[in-house]
Amino acid sequence: MLAAVAFYAFSAVLIASAAMVVVARNPVHSVLFLILAFFNAAGLMLIAGGEFLAMILVIVYVGAVAVLFLFVVMMLDVDFARMREGFQRYAPVGALVGGVLLVELLFVLGSWRFAPEAPGLRLSPNPGATVGNTEALARILYTDNVLLFQAAGVILLVAMIGAIVLTLRERPGTRRQVIAAQVARAPAETVVLRQVPIGAGLKNIGILRPPPAAEEREALSEPERHGHGGGHH
Amino acid sequence: MAITLAHYLIVAAILFVLGIFGIFLNRKNVIVILMSVELILLAVNLNLVAFSSALNDLTGQVFAMFVLTVAAAEAAIGLAIVVIYFRNKGSIEVEDISTLKG
Repeated sequence: MLAAVAFYAFSAVLIASAAMVVVARNPVHSVLFLILAFFNAAGLMLIAGGEFLAMILVIVYVGAVAVLFLFVVMMLDVDFARMREGFQRYAPVGALVGGVLLVELLFVLGSWRFAPEAPGLRLSPNPGATVGNTEALARILYTDNVLLFQAAGVILLVAMIGAIVLTLRERPGTRRQVIAAQVARAPAETVVLRQVPIGAGLKNIGILRPPPAAEEREALSEPERHGHGGGHH
Repeated sequence: MAITLAHYLIVAAILFVLGIFGIFLNRKNVIVILMSVELILLAVNLNLVAFSSALNDLTGQVFAMFVLTVAAAEAAIGLAIVVIYFRNKGSIEVEDISTLKG
């Protein structure tokens, strides 16, 4: 009874928030409703007995994918008002296709049943209540499906490299640290020792305060300039 | 009233249809289309878990985990493409993304 109530509550919020993802005016609200939908889907999976998958859904989807969406939505400076322009125009065809698809799915659901030999065809039967869901999944994931598991790792690696390569850019006009120029600096070209007579002012020994005007300073410091933009390495 | 497989299948079907509807509705915003694809994949995962539970077979949950992996990779690559497209063209409308049409 309690499971049924929880099921209906989770599915109602799931479907409502999924609808809000689609029709929300502001993409930020869409992402937040997407997070709510993922939480409720995780609840449904918990009721179905997929405990590990429910937790993975919360961690991976809510923690990583939805937050990634949130970052991108906030990063792109998109005119949200213009986003809504074709809404009325596309709604009828979308509703038509969606309605047809839903009717088809319900037809399938109405006339569908398990094959009589289905219970005998189980690939990896659930070991039962003695073994937890996580352990049972690990037992088949790391033995029977280890190649698929490693292929999933390769897919994630390729996706990571692809995302980095796609978004990496060399910005012109930025000043990066040049380690070689830093290391190559010698004391002789940056420090000057002067013999200062007693009682002599700065003007007498050739140091001007306030510093000379820009073009004059340019001429003065030209011989001491090395490589990368002066002394701020 | 017990919760059966059919209940899960109906919820997942509605979720799937909402995702399809979102793809048609949000022709101006690629990010919301990506979110709709995530909804569709979520519906598929829900179906896999429900069948796994109904058949008492763990293979469905393993498969759902791989679907999750591919969905995460797809989201990362898709969002990276959206970011560089917006950086180059200043727009994420589907109609504008027609450079390859020749």
